[in-house]
Amino acid sequence: MLKLTGVQKTFNKGTINEKKALTGIDLHLKEGDFVTIIGGNGAGKSTMLNMIAGVYPIDAGRIILDGEDVSRAPEHKRAKFLGRVFQDPMKGTAATMEIQENLALAYRRGQKRGLRWGITKAERQRYYEELKTLGLGLEERMTSKVGLLSGGQRQALTLLMASLQKPKLLLLDEHTAALDPKTAAKVLELTEEIIREHHLTAMMVTHNMKDAIRLGNRLIMMHEGRIIYNVSGEEKQKLKVEDLLEKFGQASGGEFANDRMMLA
Amino acid sequence: MSGFLLSMQGAVSQGVLWGIMVLGVYITYKILNIADLTVDGSFALGGCVCATLIVEGGWNPLAALVISLAAGLLAGAVTGFLHTVFEIPAILAGILTQISLWSINLRIMGGKSNVPLLKSDTIFSWLVDATGLSQSMVSLIIGIVFAVALIIFLYWFFGTELGAALRATGDNEDMIRALGVNIKKTKMLALMISNGLVALSGGLVCESQKYGDINNGTGAIVIGLAAIVIGDVLLGRLRSFGSKLTSAVVGSVVYFLIRAIVLQMGMDANDMKLLSAIIVALALCVPVAVDKWKLRRSYAEGGK
Repeated sequence: MLKLTGVQKTFNKGTINEKKALTGIDLHLKEGDFVTIIGGNGAGKSTMLNMIAGVYPIDAGRIILDGEDVSRAPEHKRAKFLGRVFQDPMKGTAATMEIQENLALAYRRGQKRGLRWGITKAERQRYYEELKTLGLGLEERMTSKVGLLSGGQRQALTLLMASLQKPKLLLLDEHTAALDPKTAAKVLELTEEIIREHHLTAMMVTHNMKDAIRLGNRLIMMHEGRIIYNVSGEEKQKLKVEDLLEKFGQASGGEFANDRMMLA
Repeated sequence: MSGFLLSMQGAVSQGVLWGIMVLGVYITYKILNIADLTVDGSFALGGCVCATLIVEGGWNPLAALVISLAAGLLAGAVTGFLHTVFEIPAILAGILTQISLWSINLRIMGGKSNVPLLKSDTIFSWLVDATGLSQSMVSLIIGIVFAVALIIFLYWFFGTELGAALRATGDNEDMIRALGVNIKKTKMLALMISNGLVALSGGLVCESQKYGDINNGTGAIVIGLAAIVIGDVLLGRLRSFGSKLTSAVVGSVVYFLIRAIVLQMGMDANDMKLLSAIIVALALCVPVAVDKWKLRRSYAEGGK
């Protein structure tokens, strides 16, 4: 489904601000894999997701998505494979457009947009049903502007938008980090439901180690632009937060004070 | 009819013809969220192309308008190219095109800064001959026909898949890129349509005034912004997209009415640009000032 080989990225190359964000990532995801990604700030978690999505070009390596080499394809060309939810709830939806318009935009992800009407009657009916499954009452507000929704509602809507046109790979970049604990739990619950229901292949960056262990069938830990720990199956099920902390301590030479990982 | 009423009627018909330019400005300023300064140049371009084709080329005045529109599309494409491919900030890209258009417009008119259409046919003179109505009445009718047709066209276009992608580009670039839209294309398209409408308006104004002038577009962007702001103040409560477009044209009519009134009251015509700038500046300042005032007032020491 997804194959990364030797993916490298350095920002501000040759300047005093040079930052080696990814130093050679090899990763292979099978269909239906749900990977949680943990690691300290600056470990390269978000960068890896952004490289897969094509936000910036990579310096070296190959990215194969669903059998297609997309290493050098621009972001909008890769969109047909990917559903994405960002950390910032404002980033995934268009605030001045209606809820149903946002859904209609997402429904056409990766397809040619022509001069047909932007939303059909049959679609509206489908969106109504889909919104109902979120349990937020948004189905009664389909013509409301998205800007009127709360951060949690917007994030739930973005999740629905990402799965409306079944993606080959769902990228979740700390998508609950900006929400209050109760809303975050609700959005996470929806995430699980959507992934299970549509049998999606997914990657989720999180700072919450309990979530990272509990969710998904695989877990990877990143540090300084590398994958330093990669577990799956039963081994992952048996993991404890302490194990992860220890792993992380080994990798970073025991210095992880001042790191958000500790808080989880 | 008294002189005052006549001048008011003239103002309304000019307002509608310029309203088509305001529709163009609306696309960039309100939908794409950028201030495109190409407008001053492309408005004059439309007039210059139209005047030259009719006077020098003996063209059919309707066909000349089509070429004006096409010239505007091209001008928008140049700005779009500079902005999207070379990532020049939109305002600067617009200024570059605008400045270059001044020279190009002079070239088009063969070095003359003004080309009169006195003896030539225009779509307005056609209708005057056919119906016997007054010049300003005819201008009003033709202006309204064009404005209504274009509002319907824009309403349809921005409701399509492509149009929705364009609106989303103005709202949230990150999102629409993630949904597979090439925002370079949508921005380019918006700038082209916008300047096409502006140049068409320039051509129409040229035919109704019976001259094409190199300086016709100077300050057009400010008139456009003023009209949008006025329309928003008057009809801002209406939410539908069609009424937003209509309010842009209504704003243009009101702007020209205000202009005619202050001119009647004896204001120097040369001060009109100053007045326009003040209207726009005030309209942009007032909401900010009101918000700040409200915030300050809502503060109560120790709570209530």
